[in-house]
Amino acid sequence: MSMRSETKMVPTRPVGIVPERDLDHCPVLEASHLGIEFGGLHAVDDFNLVIGKTEIAGLIGPNGAGKTTVFNLLTKVYQPTMGTILLNGRDTAGMNTIQVNQHGIARTFQNIRLFNNMSVEDNVRIGLHNQIKYGMFSGIFRLPTFWKNEKRQHEKAPDLLSILNRQDMADVPAGSLPYGAQRRLEIIRALATNPSLLLLDEPAAGMNPHETEELMQNIVKIRDQFQIAVLLIEHDMNLVMGICEGICVLNFGKIIAKGTAAEIQSNPTVIEAYLGKRKEG
Amino acid sequence: MVSFLTYLVNGISLGSVYAIIALGYTMVYGIAKMLNFAHGDVIMIGGYMAYCAAMYMKLPVIVCVLFAMVICTLLGILIERFAYKPLRMATSLAVLITAIGMSYLLQNAALLIWGSTPKSFPQLFNFGSMKLFDGEMIIPGTSVLTIAANIVIMLLLTWFTGKTKMGKAMRAVSEDKGAAELMGINVNQTISTTFAIGSALAAVAGILLCSSYPNLMPTTGSMPGIKAFTAAVFGGIGSIPGAMIGGILLGIIEILGKAYVSQELGDAFVFAVLIVVLLVKPTGLLGKKIHEKV
Amino acid sequence: MKKISKTTKSNFITYALVIVAFIFCQIWLKGVIPGFKMGKALRGQMVPICVYIVMAISLNLVVGISGELSLGHAGFMSVGAFTGAVASAWLLGAFAMENEILRLIIAMLMGGCIAAIAGVIIGVPVLRLRGDYLAIVTLAFGEIIKNVMNCMYFSLDGGRLYVAFNDPSLPGKMLIDGPKGTKGVSTIASFGMGFALIIVTLIVVLNLINSRSGRAIMAIRDNRIAAESVGLNITKYKMMAFVTSSAICGMAGALYGLNYSSVVATKFNFNTSILVLVFVVLGGIGNIRGSIIAAALLTILPELLREFADYRMLVYAIVLILVMLATNNPKLRLLIDNIVGKIKGGKHSAKEADKA
Repeated sequence: MSMRSETKMVPTRPVGIVPERDLDHCPVLEASHLGIEFGGLHAVDDFNLVIGKTEIAGLIGPNGAGKTTVFNLLTKVYQPTMGTILLNGRDTAGMNTIQVNQHGIARTFQNIRLFNNMSVEDNVRIGLHNQIKYGMFSGIFRLPTFWKNEKRQHEKAPDLLSILNRQDMADVPAGSLPYGAQRRLEIIRALATNPSLLLLDEPAAGMNPHETEELMQNIVKIRDQFQIAVLLIEHDMNLVMGICEGICVLNFGKIIAKGTAAEIQSNPTVIEAYLGKRKEG
Repeated sequence: MVSFLTYLVNGISLGSVYAIIALGYTMVYGIAKMLNFAHGDVIMIGGYMAYCAAMYMKLPVIVCVLFAMVICTLLGILIERFAYKPLRMATSLAVLITAIGMSYLLQNAALLIWGSTPKSFPQLFNFGSMKLFDGEMIIPGTSVLTIAANIVIMLLLTWFTGKTKMGKAMRAVSEDKGAAELMGINVNQTISTTFAIGSALAAVAGILLCSSYPNLMPTTGSMPGIKAFTAAVFGGIGSIPGAMIGGILLGIIEILGKAYVSQELGDAFVFAVLIVVLLVKPTGLLGKKIHEKV
Repeated sequence: MKKISKTTKSNFITYALVIVAFIFCQIWLKGVIPGFKMGKALRGQMVPICVYIVMAISLNLVVGISGELSLGHAGFMSVGAFTGAVASAWLLGAFAMENEILRLIIAMLMGGCIAAIAGVIIGVPVLRLRGDYLAIVTLAFGEIIKNVMNCMYFSLDGGRLYVAFNDPSLPGKMLIDGPKGTKGVSTIASFGMGFALIIVTLIVVLNLINSRSGRAIMAIRDNRIAAESVGLNITKYKMMAFVTSSAICGMAGALYGLNYSSVVATKFNFNTSILVLVFVVLGGIGNIRGSIIAAALLTILPELLREFADYRMLVYAIVLILVMLATNNPKLRLLIDNIVGKIKGGKHSAKEADKA
């Protein structure tokens, strides 16, 4: 194991991973000694990661390394059996998926999970659910709060859709969108929940090089515009090496390397475990 | 004490009937992932068939039973072929409604053929009864027969699904239809066979039920059908030993509940226990836990 | 924005349909046009038709919008029917409320409230389960309600209400007599009130669907895990749909109970739940207008088949199976989709031309 930062117990900020501009801010995420056991199997073990306030970070590793499990732990789809997660400095112990989302983590899914029978705009409105609130009775009896808030939602949804150039599709059922558009809609829906950390699970899967290029620009654009952090799982090394400031490599549930793109590319452990086999990068 | 034991035996006997019906439900659910609501009515048809064979054709008992089983098997295969098979790809709700339609169809056909007045089911089995504790406790012969039949059926089914080629094919299809097909298993034939077996069991259950409660009506099958379905869920739907345990427990609870709690609330008691079990163990006593992959 | 959204237009058609049908039925009922007067058998069906339409809409809220199969909705109808019958008799006996319309409204509201409470009690455990298990537990609750109602005794003696469980010895005039059901109910239900209830139900359900809460309910139906990931409170919204539905069922039940001088608890059995479910499925799951049409047609159908007397339920069963087979036949479906697509496509291009 070559990475010195691995041995440190306290979630300090390893230089070269959190971008310098974020050093003055509380990191958006500090996971320390995070782990989960499924019937004796350590699917994820001793996972430590710090993500700066406006960092784009990548989580890579061979298939079955436990990357999606990490996402499921961070969003509390699975309750971690050990370790702590600090979200904007606040401990998330005892929170469920819903509370974690309300405290700032939004995600997309590897196998797309849209609300297929609802329109694109309604999918975004669901994302805005906890931003723009009114009660059931205002809704049923069409009280003034209903009209006011519906109007706000109706105005905000196209704004969000326009970030990824989707505003023309507002009335189409989400399930009938082409694959790439569905992935983008999932990102917009996640953004609508006003997160401080956006988790993207293989956002470029199934996209052609041109679409991937556009996606890379969009991820950077989202980060710049919303001033949020992004953690992404991706197999497309061009994307990962191109936009991720810090990269974390996972194998068999354990972190085997952390660093910048250049560091990861030259790391012998990583090459042996992962890149070497695939003759990439 | 003696009365308690009598109730217990009655409960096990009734529960054995539920268990045999529940086996049909659970096998069909396991393999076709559908709630075959018409199953309870196949029981009723089985009862009527045995009744006709015994009363009009004056056939010997064993032939009556076989006759009912053959007719019900054919009926089961026909129902599957014409009503359920075209819906293999449809939503489960569509299949459920079709099954309900089939249940109405069988009930009303029976109503037209045999009328609404209850038929008194003939005493097919004259074994006399067992007397225990100096004659204080009487166990009717039919109860003993029912329990014995249940044990035999259970053992046969366990052997069948575990050891035979068709049984293994059934398990494979219930696990993963697509993969089974790729392995060269004839899925349609396997599902047909499952319906055939379930319906044959329903005929047996119908005869046993009517032997203990000799009131045969077009609606005879519906309540035992619902309860047996409950029993299948109670034990963990899809599981053969689960159906057996669920059925027997349900029978015992029903008889004891009616005896000691309240005659009117016996059924409510059964369903209340079901609810409690499902809340503690959401997939039934022996059901497998299902994880949704994220 | 000037554009009227598709849903608004669709809802408008639904309201218009109900209002037109009501006016038509009133003309038919009153015999305004000579020689065109409704027969007695059908006249007796007018309130039940309204009740079943409301039941179908409310069940569609649970099955279609919230995506949970309930097989016990007759239970809520039963609670409403018995509450309504008791409430009406009590209002008359204890408060001398002679106004029938007011009494009917209050009885229906009380039926709705008690059914909503039953909905909460049942919803809390039931909604923790999923799929077929949820269905079987709703079935179980439906049967339990039926059995419990069979053991309820209510009586009115000098303006005082007496209640007993499994004990028929109550003083005064019996209102509910255990297995014999409600007794001597003054039948104050009317077609007009049935119509009003349909409209109220439509307002509640359609407005709920097209609001923040309704969208949350549908999102949970479409993808539970994604809904959780965007911070929707699953239990809250599932409960909202379930309890709203049970309250509406209770109101429909109260109207039903006050339409007959006597109703027994076993009327609200599993078969009644299934009957309503059939309306919902045939009308199209999640399609409110479809539920209304299916409920109305299928309630009249057995009446129209009355000349076939014994065969009518058999025919009903066969029709049901054939409709299910036809609507789920992929080839036929494709054909229908194509035709619908063409009609809609035609309209669309016309609109485009208008804009230009």
